[in-house]
Amino acid sequence: MDVGTFLAIIIGAVFVSNFVLMRFLGLCPFVGVSKDPDSALGMGMAVIFVMTMASLVTWFIYVFILEPFGITYLRTIAFILVIATLVQFVEMVIEKTSPALHRSLGIYLPLITTNCAVLGVAVVNVEDFIATGLPLGASFIYTVVHGFSAGLGFTLALVLMASIRQRLQLGGVPKAMIGIPITFIVAGLMAMAFQGFSGLKI
Amino acid sequence: MNAVSELTKGVYRENPVFRLALGLCPALAVSTSVENGLGMGAAATFVLLGSNIVVSLIRKAIPAKVRIPCYIIVIASFVTVVELVMGAYLPELSKSLGIFIPLIVVNCIILGRAEAFASKNGIFRSILDAIGMGIGFTFALVLISALREILGDGKLMGYMVFGPNFKPVLMMILAPGAFITMGLLMGMFNVIDERRQRKG
Repeated sequence: MDVGTFLAIIIGAVFVSNFVLMRFLGLCPFVGVSKDPDSALGMGMAVIFVMTMASLVTWFIYVFILEPFGITYLRTIAFILVIATLVQFVEMVIEKTSPALHRSLGIYLPLITTNCAVLGVAVVNVEDFIATGLPLGASFIYTVVHGFSAGLGFTLALVLMASIRQRLQLGGVPKAMIGIPITFIVAGLMAMAFQGFSGLKI
Repeated sequence: MNAVSELTKGVYRENPVFRLALGLCPALAVSTSVENGLGMGAAATFVLLGSNIVVSLIRKAIPAKVRIPCYIIVIASFVTVVELVMGAYLPELSKSLGIFIPLIVVNCIILGRAEAFASKNGIFRSILDAIGMGIGFTFALVLISALREILGDGKLMGYMVFGPNFKPVLMMILAPGAFITMGLLMGMFNVIDERRQRKG
């Protein structure tokens, strides 16, 4: 456990294998909520929060329930239930404790349950950090850091895309390409730029 | 709507990927080769069929308030079946599809059909709907992956298409190729639609 490993995990999740542009996770909100930068940022914040929480909770579920009882094949069912419950719970807590935050994040929270990036981060965590036999403490910290930075990468891609789309409204996009098709072309160009990070080694 | 149109609507008119923009993540992520595309299509179709049948059977027993969690559990059980069967009999395919097999759970097509169709219709129509949507999803995956495999690898199902002198465009197999292929295909479908409307 040293600073280099943390840096590698963070840079890896934000740039090198960006969840949206390199791993193709969370494309639905990426296409749906990227119309203006402000709501993109709101959605991004909600996703960072839920992804970090989901990484934390699924780590406990996997290490203390699924593994000791030898039922790791129930991973998918357990994780999706926990994530769905967690999102509901987070929404209720935010609504009670901070109505202002709820007003800005609230509409995005239900959308997150079906965001494949959240279940994706939990599964990637299991495969990269938990099932690889790291010591408990290390795998816990790596999992949480990875969850947080994966959310950060998602937010980065979402906000970049929203800003580009705002500019695109002024440009002369061919009629057949307006909306989702041009979004995909722009995403392709962004992915090309992000491909440049793939040689990055720390 | 009669039975035949229930079956064929998913292929073009209500194609889940190109028309409704659902299930985009697997459509882009596993479409690097036609084999992967077919495998993913078959897996998703199986889950869709199973979940549509079960949801349609128990639709009267589920209280409306907790219906979404119920659907998710039904879907997740079928996904686990696929995960285990594929890992046992097709280990290579299972490895190349990777985390996208467990992620069939959050494929919006399946939850969408359970909520929008199977919870309101009888079992026979739900089966037809599942098969139709499954075919549509598989068709979209095969189309995208065929384009990407031909351009990015010069092959189709392992056969060289352009002969040995063809230099593959590596970009098409990588992430950017997936996004650009998808964008162009959606644009193409829009153009075809517009032509049709002008004629009709």
